[in-house]
Amino acid sequence: MKLELIGITKRFGSLVANDSIDLVVEPGQVHSLLGENGAGKSTLMNVLYGLYDPTEGEILVDDKPVTFKGPGDAMAAGIGMVHQHFMLVPVFTVAENVALGNEATKAGGMLDLQKTRTRIRQISDQYGFDVDPDAVVEDLPVGVQQRVEIIKALVRDAEVLILDEPTAVLTPKETDELLGIMGQLKADGKSIVFISHKLREVKAVSDVITVIRRGKVVGTADPDASTTELASLMVGRSVSLTLDKKPATPGEVTFRVRDLTVQAANGQRVVDGLSFEVAQGEILAIAGVQGNGQTELTEAIMGLQDHVTGSITLGGEELLGRSVKDVIRAGVGFVPEDRSVDGLVGTFSVADNLVLNRYDDDPFARGLSMSPAVIEKNAEEKIAEYDIRTQSASAAAGTLSGGNQQKVVMAREFSRPLELFIASQPTRGVDVGSIEFLHRRIVAERDGGTPVIIVSTELDEVLELADRIAVLYRGRLMGIVPGTASRDVLGLMMAGMAGDEALAQVHDVQGGNL
Amino acid sequence: MSTATTEAPAHGARDGGDARVRSWKTPIILAVVALFSLLVFAIGAPANDVTFRLSEDGDAIVLPPLVVSAPVVGWIAALGMIALAVIAFLRTRSARKVPTWVPAVFAVLFLIAFLTWVVGSARTPNVALYGLLAGSVTLAVPLIFGSLSGILCERSGVVNIAIEGQLLFGAFAAAVAGSLSGNAFVGLFAAAVAGVLVSLVLAVFSIRYVVNQVIVGVVLNVLVSGLTGFLFSAVLTEDPERWNSPPRLPIIEIPLLSDLPVIGPILFEQTIVGYLMYVAVAVIYVELFHSRWGLRTRAVGEHPKAADTLGVNVNRVRFTNVLLAGVVAGIGGSFFTLVAVSGFGRDMTAGAGYIALAAMIFGRWNPIGAFFAALLFGFATNLSNVLSLLGTPVPDQFLRMLPYVVTVFAVAGLVGRSRAPGASGIPYIKG
Repeated sequence: MKLELIGITKRFGSLVANDSIDLVVEPGQVHSLLGENGAGKSTLMNVLYGLYDPTEGEILVDDKPVTFKGPGDAMAAGIGMVHQHFMLVPVFTVAENVALGNEATKAGGMLDLQKTRTRIRQISDQYGFDVDPDAVVEDLPVGVQQRVEIIKALVRDAEVLILDEPTAVLTPKETDELLGIMGQLKADGKSIVFISHKLREVKAVSDVITVIRRGKVVGTADPDASTTELASLMVGRSVSLTLDKKPATPGEVTFRVRDLTVQAANGQRVVDGLSFEVAQGEILAIAGVQGNGQTELTEAIMGLQDHVTGSITLGGEELLGRSVKDVIRAGVGFVPEDRSVDGLVGTFSVADNLVLNRYDDDPFARGLSMSPAVIEKNAEEKIAEYDIRTQSASAAAGTLSGGNQQKVVMAREFSRPLELFIASQPTRGVDVGSIEFLHRRIVAERDGGTPVIIVSTELDEVLELADRIAVLYRGRLMGIVPGTASRDVLGLMMAGMAGDEALAQVHDVQGGNL
Repeated sequence: MSTATTEAPAHGARDGGDARVRSWKTPIILAVVALFSLLVFAIGAPANDVTFRLSEDGDAIVLPPLVVSAPVVGWIAALGMIALAVIAFLRTRSARKVPTWVPAVFAVLFLIAFLTWVVGSARTPNVALYGLLAGSVTLAVPLIFGSLSGILCERSGVVNIAIEGQLLFGAFAAAVAGSLSGNAFVGLFAAAVAGVLVSLVLAVFSIRYVVNQVIVGVVLNVLVSGLTGFLFSAVLTEDPERWNSPPRLPIIEIPLLSDLPVIGPILFEQTIVGYLMYVAVAVIYVELFHSRWGLRTRAVGEHPKAADTLGVNVNRVRFTNVLLAGVVAGIGGSFFTLVAVSGFGRDMTAGAGYIALAAMIFGRWNPIGAFFAALLFGFATNLSNVLSLLGTPVPDQFLRMLPYVVTVFAVAGLVGRSRAPGASGIPYIKG
């Protein structure tokens, strides 16, 4: 099936999310849409899938114009979509999820799940998915849930499959498996629209690459193009993807974590017996697939978690059991993973957000009253220093772009002398240009002699920043490896292999090849 | 670094086993209740016999009354409960799950011990067991309709606090329409229509205009109470003959089956509303879990966006379910004026809608679970009625509190974890 988008424009009020975009997806082709977060990729796909009405433009299927009033129409036309956030009912079985909206029924509207199960087994066998139709979805690993999403599309005879950021939640091994599945689907004559901002994957799998920036198609690229070329096309100016940083000169070890265990409300150990230390002047990166205890670990250090046992010491002082305010006073700077929820108060001004953790201290407050003039002056300085793009210091922080919001958070945390700096997902949803800047600031902090902990699910970021890398898997530490460790080693560890074993295995494989 | 961590089975064992905190809640509660039972029902048992009558003298099959010794029953039940508490304790200590039959059998033993003790302590230690049970079912009928209405709404993602209003308006409409037409079945139909009217307001405001569902529900209850109260005093009491004397629904006895001892009067001597209740429980259960409509309803209540991306019209499903819930609750309301008594009284539902809501939660949003939960509440209410007649040592007021105490414990989740539909109470807005 040939799919064509002609001049698609989508406006939300005054915001133009898509600006007359043209796109042709040929049968049996993997067509990648490359662009930064917020470039308009997902909006475009939601238009194609009938979730949004286009403001202008036309969709052609096999050269015939079509209009989709809802996802039902798009599916009927042979378009299937795997959403970034899975559209699966967690308490349903696989079969129920697949049947939903497309139910095989017996007399009287009674479900015929047997038919659905048979179809699932067929597809599962054909592509080697290994999915049990009677498993409850919430019990399945993320990678398998994604296959259920693909099955949902295939059961409906999809000819064009849209995969929206499918690798964001996968381990490197699962990512490889997914890329393999995409190859098989392509061999079967299906077309795939692959949406991503990860250059490596896009290069590995695409036949055609279309780059989108600020809602416009800025060009197509060949999969053989270098990552630097693709990145500069994506950002609109040349960027350096590699960070020049001097080797670390670790000093005294001041931050120690011993046997740290965090329990969730249901009693599960989400962080399980962690012990590690960080020296002054080094960056420890904590890698792992999302949801393996990283959030709980950083929040436990900050005093934001209940049911924490073990010990956390900074400069010999115990932090565990102290209030968040005490922890901040002890000199811990923290960039939370979700800046819009935990890092900023969106309706407060940029100036106020810049002093959120020091509003009651000299010089920002005197007695019971705050000093607006000082806060204002502080804001002007930080806005200049960090190049925060805002209309004014009094603009609401929520109106800023993701990258600029993150700069506000970073500027606030770096504006006092730190004994420890923790950043969770420091560059998630941040444009490539700002990433460069934020990374430099983090390395500068390290060079100033602060112990730094970076939590990131992006391997690229981990490898770029880390002096040492700790990998978390199901709340446990799989080991700590040097910052120069290979992707293969990290991939094995992220899937639950101990660090020394992973190193040995990768070493063996390479040895065998020689 | 342990090498075993790389093996998949090792993880499975860890997740299922010691990684979870043992919950001592169940064994502790069981132990406390068992000790209480030992002190009161066994050691403090009245030293006389207790008679449970199983049938009336005129029945086709007459069973001899059951006569038991209060101390004997008290001791057996108390020791049984202690044994169950010990089992729960041992299971918890070895980090295994306490099987569900343990608290279930425990509850039955407690009930038997309590009943024997309380009847034995009465002035006349003699009670009609069949009457006690049949009365429970009768009292449970409106509760069951109410909780089915709640299930239909919440399973599709709309919180229905307005059950009370639906029941009350149904009762009012049944009384007025029944009186005017002189036909109880016209009253029944009018009750269903009245329930739908309340539902319509709930649906329009909570789905179309995205108003907070709990607030709309509470406001509807107050509105219906005020409206029916006003009409009652302004119109109904002016000419009760014309406006407020509906005929009662006839009791339909099923031949042969209604002659069975104990269960005959419970199951097979009902009005049409009673039989409709059984039909509604069965049909809604089967449809909810085995039909296309049920699958879509549950999907919309759990993850509406997922349903939407598969071409299911979320708000249409919700709208029809809320209206359907009105039909069910309205019919339940007719019970008050066409079955229980003949005539409407101000605020006569007296919180039944809220108890129905509790029964729905207690029954875990499952029609059959809600049925049994409502029966339990009906039993508690009826027991307090019967016991106050017998003259028990427990003050009447405490017995009247019984159903509400049971409700508080039920809603507090002491009987296993209840999990509401994921999107219940959250309006769905596209995009």
